[in-house]
Amino acid sequence: MIQILIRYSTLLFLTLLVLAFMSFSLAYLFPGDPLENLTGLVPQNEMQREALTRQFKLDGPYLIQFFHYVENMLAGNWGYSFTSGLPLREEVGIALPATIELATYAMLMALFIGIPLGYYAGMRCYSTSDHVINSTSITTYSFPVFWFALLLILIFSLQLDSAPLSGRISLLYDIEPITGFIIVDILLSELANKPLALKDAFSHLALPTLAIGAITTASMIRITRRSVIDVKHRPYIAAAVSRGLSSWQIFFRHILRNALLPILPLMAIQITTLITNAMIVETLFSWPGIGNWLIQAIYQRDYPALRVGMMAVSTVVITLTILVDLFNRLIDPSREKYERATV
Amino acid sequence: MFNGWVVRLFLVLFTALLVVSCGKQNKQAFYNSGIIYCSESNPVTFNPQLDTSSTTSDASSHQLYDRLLDFDPDSGRIVPSLASSWLVTNDGLTYVFQLRKDVAFHSTAYFTPSRTFNADDVIFSLDRWRLRSHPYHYVSGGRYPYFESLGLAQNIASVERVNGYRIEITLKRRDSSFLSNLATDFAVILSEEYASQLAEDGTPSKIDQLPIGTGPFKFVSYRKDHFIKYARHNQYWRLINDNTPETFADNESQNVAVNSTQQDETTLANSIEDASNTSVKQLVFDITPRSSLRLAKLITGECDATAFPAQTELEVIRTRDDLVLAEKPGLNIGFWAFNTQRPPFDNPDVRHALAAAIDKNTLLEAVYFDSATRAKTLLPAASWAFQNDADDTAYNPVLARKLLSDSGVKPGFSMTIWAMPVERAYNPNAHKMAELIQRYLRDVGIDATIVSYDWTTFRRHLQEGLHDSVLIGWSADNGDPDNFYRPLLSCGAIPSGTNRAMWCNKDYDELLNKALQTDNIDERNAIYQQVNRLLYERLPLVPIAHAYRYQAYRKDLENMTINPFGGVRFGGVEKTL
Repeated sequence: MIQILIRYSTLLFLTLLVLAFMSFSLAYLFPGDPLENLTGLVPQNEMQREALTRQFKLDGPYLIQFFHYVENMLAGNWGYSFTSGLPLREEVGIALPATIELATYAMLMALFIGIPLGYYAGMRCYSTSDHVINSTSITTYSFPVFWFALLLILIFSLQLDSAPLSGRISLLYDIEPITGFIIVDILLSELANKPLALKDAFSHLALPTLAIGAITTASMIRITRRSVIDVKHRPYIAAAVSRGLSSWQIFFRHILRNALLPILPLMAIQITTLITNAMIVETLFSWPGIGNWLIQAIYQRDYPALRVGMMAVSTVVITLTILVDLFNRLIDPSREKYERATV
Repeated sequence: MFNGWVVRLFLVLFTALLVVSCGKQNKQAFYNSGIIYCSESNPVTFNPQLDTSSTTSDASSHQLYDRLLDFDPDSGRIVPSLASSWLVTNDGLTYVFQLRKDVAFHSTAYFTPSRTFNADDVIFSLDRWRLRSHPYHYVSGGRYPYFESLGLAQNIASVERVNGYRIEITLKRRDSSFLSNLATDFAVILSEEYASQLAEDGTPSKIDQLPIGTGPFKFVSYRKDHFIKYARHNQYWRLINDNTPETFADNESQNVAVNSTQQDETTLANSIEDASNTSVKQLVFDITPRSSLRLAKLITGECDATAFPAQTELEVIRTRDDLVLAEKPGLNIGFWAFNTQRPPFDNPDVRHALAAAIDKNTLLEAVYFDSATRAKTLLPAASWAFQNDADDTAYNPVLARKLLSDSGVKPGFSMTIWAMPVERAYNPNAHKMAELIQRYLRDVGIDATIVSYDWTTFRRHLQEGLHDSVLIGWSADNGDPDNFYRPLLSCGAIPSGTNRAMWCNKDYDELLNKALQTDNIDERNAIYQQVNRLLYERLPLVPIAHAYRYQAYRKDLENMTINPFGGVRFGGVEKTL
């Protein structure tokens, strides 16, 4: 157990180190002055330039520079944005939780709708209801996410006027970002009309969550269904049937848990897709998340922001992926024999 | 264990739903308490003295500040604002302003005023852009583009305090457009007390980033690319009805003209009553650069009003019942100017022939989609000097051909039409207009070629006078006719590059100067009618159109008016869902 934990943390540490190195080298690979790309500050004269160079140890060898860079990143000193002039840590601190929030709700939607439907379809495989569920999920799965999001906007926002199309909450509400999760922040706030704010936030969440969640749900249905069908064809199920167990007993005792095991590692793969989709959908719904923020940074050639944004997004994706995998490794006894950590 | 968890989750969701579904009346009251305006871009600063872009003045001028004087949005006349009345001496060189008392500055998280508005604030605000030696002059860059372009600082001899609520400004030369300049978006009044406090703290540049003014809204927060938030200024002087404006006693005004009309005071009093029961507590600018997204937000109700609807979206807005498209002729002019220093365009008959060869109405339909009015003179209807019965050229190809052959221009003569490469309200598609004109000219035997460069090169070549004729225009900053006539056609405007016709006429310049020597509006009107007559005879340029200004907003907004003289105003606007 401890051995596994050590292996996984080494893996995480090394991956992050490589990422940090890549993000550091971006400062040199991007056009322009590495000092400006690294700090986001434009020195006004030679004196300032020298002071900054010394402060960021850019006069030393690359390895020292890199070491210092990692130190700065860990201390939360990420540099400044070219366009807004604000500390990047603050900007990412607002944008990243917004994306994670959206992805979390979409994931919850996928879990609470996708898995039960997948079980249902798997148990009744090759029946009419299975065909309906299966073909719907294949159709949904093959939608390009931005097209689906635009369709939702056209129907629900512009035609039916039943959901807003931009932002996280009406700008009339003044919500202090404490956790970065809008729902939690509303509950924590001192607002006089919390129920109203909650309702507003939910209506803003509905369409983007649906747009991202639908595709993840569809793939969840397909994964679960496949897994259930596989388990159903195992010899121990045939044995259980021959022992005269009822189909409910077979489902709860043998199928439910065994079918769940192969789903977990596939969920880890879904995280990447989910966050990528969230970033695309954000730009359509003007959701103030990291995807929207990165696109703006690309348009405005904000190199420090791109460098930090890439670092932040990949750190989140890798950490989540490794954690899910670790969790999976810990609860799945059949994988005892594998010694090495894998992603 | 699993079951218990599911049950608990459902309970939480269910209560959330219950909580969410109650409280309908609350909702209306809350959404009525704030106005959201979808603006098109980030303001450069919150002090319009420093920047002439409309984004900056939209976000600051009429929301955060007041001026000494205002333009009446309907008549275009100058009405009192922070100055309750004013006197001008007969020589037109000395202006005395009586200031309003008990006008409160904003009290915010970063500044609490200890006194109300007085003469010191006016002196500070004027001296900041006027005097290079002023400690605040070079704060935030030291450029004051509007005042620089008019050379206003050079013309002011002194600004002096008579007493705490009276100010005397002395000019070096007579300038009857001086009051108009004080009423523009850019002549805002800042707080001297705030400035000296910031100077003590060593952070003077905050004055333009964390603004303090006397306007109907105070600044709360700004996040670039996202929003600007304002809160209602509860002590706004127009909300508090009981300050009776000070006027000059009779004995003082023996040799001066008193310019505060009684009628203006009464209309002002009405607007005060309207504003006193306002329910709008906050104003939010939702910064949305994409015009289509602004329209979408307006349709879904996420914005109550939007900036700059595109020409192609106007129809969509018109067909929807819940949206209002307000339009007003803007203070601009699109025209076709001839380079009068090049033959044969130095001959007025040739210019008249070319003007008679084109059909302005077709141009209006094809290029402006009827979102403009036909221009007869340089002045749009929004200006007080607009002359309704001015002479206008008419479409007459037969006359055109005759005039051309009389002046010796042979069929097959070739000329250039320069079409500006950018979209402007006064000419949304110069290239298309040039193509239409090209076709009209072919009918009278002239072979025209269309020329275009990128905007910077285009303007440089124009200034060098390389063009035969050009399609361009002008947007003015205030309703004063001098703001059109002088920069567009006076001799002095040739080197500064705004006189595209390169036309210099002594009589014209004399008339313009004469018009500035008097403050009597009827006299000035009469002079400008002579100017119009002269322009029609000499025809250095063909006025084509005055484009409308548009503002789209939801029906829920009341008292929303277009301000033809600059930035959007939200003071006094009400919202009822």
